[in-house]
Amino acid sequence: MLHDALIGPFTEFEFMRRALAAVIALSLAGAPIGVFLMLRRMSLVGDAMAHAILPGAAVGFLLSGLNLFAMTAGGLIAGFAVAILAGVVARSTGLKEDASLATFYLASLALGVTIVSIKGTNIDLLHVLFGNILAMDDQTLLVVAFNATVTLLVLAVIYRPLVIESVDPLFLRTVSRAGGPAHLAFLALVVINLVNGFQALGTLLAVGLMILPAGIARFWSRDLTVMICIAVVAAAVSGYAGLVLSFQTRVPSGPAIILVATMLYIVSVLFGRVGGIVRQLFPGRHLEA
Amino acid sequence: MAALHFHNVTLGYDRHPAVHHLNGEVAPGALVAVIGPNGAGKSTLLRGIVGILRPLDGSIHLGGLDSRDIAYLPQSAEIDRSFPISVFDFVGTGLWRGTGLFGGIGKAARGKILGAIASVGLNGFENRPIGTLSGGQMQRVLFARVLLQDARLIVLDEPFNAIDSKTTTDLLALVKHWHGEGRTVLAALHDMEMVRSHFTETLVLARGPVAWGPTAEVLTPENLVVAMRMCEAFDDSAAACAADDAHSRAA
Repeated sequence: MLHDALIGPFTEFEFMRRALAAVIALSLAGAPIGVFLMLRRMSLVGDAMAHAILPGAAVGFLLSGLNLFAMTAGGLIAGFAVAILAGVVARSTGLKEDASLATFYLASLALGVTIVSIKGTNIDLLHVLFGNILAMDDQTLLVVAFNATVTLLVLAVIYRPLVIESVDPLFLRTVSRAGGPAHLAFLALVVINLVNGFQALGTLLAVGLMILPAGIARFWSRDLTVMICIAVVAAAVSGYAGLVLSFQTRVPSGPAIILVATMLYIVSVLFGRVGGIVRQLFPGRHLEA
Repeated sequence: MAALHFHNVTLGYDRHPAVHHLNGEVAPGALVAVIGPNGAGKSTLLRGIVGILRPLDGSIHLGGLDSRDIAYLPQSAEIDRSFPISVFDFVGTGLWRGTGLFGGIGKAARGKILGAIASVGLNGFENRPIGTLSGGQMQRVLFARVLLQDARLIVLDEPFNAIDSKTTTDLLALVKHWHGEGRTVLAALHDMEMVRSHFTETLVLARGPVAWGPTAEVLTPENLVVAMRMCEAFDDSAAACAADDAHSRAA
């Protein structure tokens, strides 16, 4: 009975196996990126970027259908255009970078939705906005896995400067010039993983599988490495449970995954070992030293 | 060869000078205190030396030192204390010059890091996240990192601000130890007693240099009064500096 509910869907249906493989690949790459987004106080920047890449991905989508290569390339171009334009406007006018970014991503989102709805159908628009991980073909799965692999390799290369830049940017500037390139490479990884999450979760929720696991991890550890591991596991568990939930009920897969992650998040906020609410309300007697 | 050579250096922000026409040199192994009122340009000068700020005019020669031969302890480090990193890992970043992007932290390096943490009196703190340290402990951690950087020129910007006397004594001993090893040390300071009794050379700065030389000769009431009289505010309608024209004509 339990076997039928929890494992049955995956042994029985190939599309469920593909979806599971995709969600695990997304978790492996996206969750560590999410942890850095959170620690660098860029969670909402990730969200803004997710909207900003929509027109690029939409143009790619219209030119070559659900080809993740075309969508990734388009998304990268749009993402960097918005990031750089926002940076330039902020630097040359004194407008704060977040205000500037907000303007550009809203414009970008409007443009993206316009492009999709003029050229495509409403189904296309729903697909781009919310994704459909259950319709994943082999080629798309390979692209998702490829992007995840690239992400982990690049992250390994920039890990040290990225960490130092997050803690003490001035120090890194005095010992090395790696800070700037590391930051740019990190932004590129954010965009790659957002585009990667498109197929599964759509533009609006792609960032969810990055940020929510990071938020969860934050309540269970004070160590960066452990945090990253917890985030990956939390993302994969949410992905798996979300797929099962979606299979057994009529909840669409993308929202189901994010809702499961949200449940885990709420549990973590309440019962987390590091700063959880229950822990704060009942901390136990104070220590001797 | 001088460790540092200032050639008509003007440093500042938005064309306004904060350090104005500084000339002079620092001998290798010197222990120099930079003093002056708030806004005198002490921090600006140190930022110029470590290369974070470009001179508006003139030049600073490092006497053959690479910028990585300099260890810099800023006044208010932009450190994100909430980032989950342990004292051990944080101090370990001081080994950057040797390890770079990928170099491993081997047994010898681990020994060095533990040694540095021990010499600032923080044994047992290795695994503590930096967010749990007090202000004085954090300053000790920063000194440990400077120690590991093994730099020939050490630049300290008001390193003893808001630090209790015990910690100050310990860290000052470290500064004197560096001096004993022949490293060049520059420190911006406010405590005149400390300067008088521990620093051999002093630069009194008030935007322009007021006096520079052996501490006993330079640290006079007259010089300090001159420094204190310095006007702090920038003049928004100031004309372009004429001294530059005179200087270039003379040259």
